[in-house]
Amino acid sequence: MKLVLVGISHHRAPVELRERVAVEPERAAELSSSLADGCEAVVLSTCNRTEIYLAADGDAGLDARATTALLALAGDESSEIAPVLYRLADESAALHLFRVAAGLDSLVPGEGEILGQVRTAFESGTTGALLDRVFSQALHAGRRARVETAIGESPASVPAAAAALAQQVFDDLRGRSAMLVGAGKMSELTARNLRSRGVRIAAIANRTPAHGDALAARLGASAVGLDGLRDQLRGVDVVVASTSAPGFVLRVDELEHEVRARRGRPLLLVDLAVPRDVDPALAMLDGCFVYDIDDLEAVVEASLDVRRAEAARAERVVATEAQRFQEWQASLAVVPAIASLRAHAEEIRAAELAKAEGRLGRLSESERRIVESMTAQIVNKLLHLPTVRLKQAAAAADGPAYADVVRHLFGLEGDEAQQ
Amino acid sequence: MVELLVWPALVAYGEAALAYAGGLRTPRLGGNLAIWGVRVGWLAQTALLVVQGLRADGFPWGSWAGALNLFVWFVVGVYLVWGCNARFRLLGALVMPPAAALLAVSWLGGGTGVEDGVQAGALLAAHVGLMLAGLAGLAVAAGMSALYLWEDRSLTRRDSRLFRLRMPPLEALDRIAARVAGVSLGLLSGGIVLGLARLRSGEFDAAMAVTIVLWALVATILALRLEAGLRGRRAATLLTVALALIAVVLPITHFAS
Repeated sequence: MKLVLVGISHHRAPVELRERVAVEPERAAELSSSLADGCEAVVLSTCNRTEIYLAADGDAGLDARATTALLALAGDESSEIAPVLYRLADESAALHLFRVAAGLDSLVPGEGEILGQVRTAFESGTTGALLDRVFSQALHAGRRARVETAIGESPASVPAAAAALAQQVFDDLRGRSAMLVGAGKMSELTARNLRSRGVRIAAIANRTPAHGDALAARLGASAVGLDGLRDQLRGVDVVVASTSAPGFVLRVDELEHEVRARRGRPLLLVDLAVPRDVDPALAMLDGCFVYDIDDLEAVVEASLDVRRAEAARAERVVATEAQRFQEWQASLAVVPAIASLRAHAEEIRAAELAKAEGRLGRLSESERRIVESMTAQIVNKLLHLPTVRLKQAAAAADGPAYADVVRHLFGLEGDEAQQ
Repeated sequence: MVELLVWPALVAYGEAALAYAGGLRTPRLGGNLAIWGVRVGWLAQTALLVVQGLRADGFPWGSWAGALNLFVWFVVGVYLVWGCNARFRLLGALVMPPAAALLAVSWLGGGTGVEDGVQAGALLAAHVGLMLAGLAGLAVAAGMSALYLWEDRSLTRRDSRLFRLRMPPLEALDRIAARVAGVSLGLLSGGIVLGLARLRSGEFDAAMAVTIVLWALVATILALRLEAGLRGRRAATLLTVALALIAVVLPITHFAS
């Protein structure tokens, strides 16, 4: 069977080109279905790549079909897309997919979303034996890379770093509450990241409460003015500040009493604003931790260093999976010979049992089942080792020669043609 | 026969200590190897203590080396119950090297044999057992508090290596240290009551006074936690002070005989 991949990705194409061929999951499912005329098809589209995977028994112009489909997505601007397309086949295509699923082909190594996107593409594709196998194994490789290495463990963005810090301080974030000071885009992203880990956004404090209303409604929080900030501070665990105020909005002389009233109960203050909103002197108070944008970026940078270091180990995981896939694909070459051999043996067994029917007539039903089972076991045991050896030979590229010998020795040429 | 059980315990604790140290670089493999080392070592030491208990003529842990052997078993036991998981691997890196070293010292001092049993009543045996269990628990709780202070300092200094070190969450350390201290205080109370019950007039000495000061310190920390919400940096500092007191109490009470 032939596997072909044609795609475009962030390695060779800027976002202006990638966005022209990006497709929504529903459209990807439709496209897979329309491409799967006599072949298998999966369309994988993420913000970093759009790739078409096709598989069929023969070559059957798969490359041309995938290229045409991808260029058609770009419409009139296909001439700019064509030079940045890449094409891979068979083991190379499989290895590429395994690396994609493991997050090794992503902008941020080990990023978490890609595994779900590969799964969605697989589930909405039109798959058969080959793409089922290659996508299942890609998902397995992606999971292994994340379980066996630390490639996906540490935070890779400022909002994720803020949420990971909160987790480092409070352990389980379910039941914890947070307050946003200012209603900027970055604080909304951080709030969403915290919410996805179980934090309740209790309040949004803004100089003009009305400006925070829309965000408060989206996050299920209450909107208050900056004068209500001190009252809210006693009840929350995390504060995310991102106002455009010229000076500190959370000052140590104004908040010391509220922080001391917490009696050591931790308070994480995340300051995303420039100029800063949170007085760094607050960090001197017991249980009070202050992180500004530079600190969070340093956390992200340190995390990325860890991820890059872990990428080498993840590559080894992917390489073992690619080797397994290669062996499986090679074993396909001897599958018809094995099937014929087994069918031939089963035919002989059934014929010999039928011949002995007269003598077996005196046997009870349970005795007859024992004879059936025993003869089947003899056949299975006799064929087990040749089957294993044939598959091993296939993995070592000697499969076709061995398969020919088996066909010749057992006279299977005619059987295979009939099958 | 008894000596045959010392070696697996020593080797497994040593392996756990090394694996925890290595686990700071390769967390998953190191952590798993360390956890299995702790489990296997503790089972081997349990078997050693059982054999010692069955074969010894008298109380086998009455000597300083014997008491050290029992103390190590309690420390590792407490760590196994409350801290022996992937998230607390840094605590393991704090607990297991001293545990392995102290067991080796106990072995060198003859605390792992069966010959030198001390003739003692059940009351003394229960007193020693409860005191050692309580002190072992407090030592682990104090270790957790020390780790809390370190992490608190790292967070305050905004150390970006925090995630690379994979420290346990701050509040989990605070919560579990308090829980371990509470259980240990109960055991220590039992030990002190039994000790006082055996006491003849005029026998109250400095060692007992230090033990009671330690008890009072831990009881005060826990009472303030419950009643006044004392937690965080101050509570951890006080509990870490308890470790210094344990370092004073143990040698002059149970390891001095």
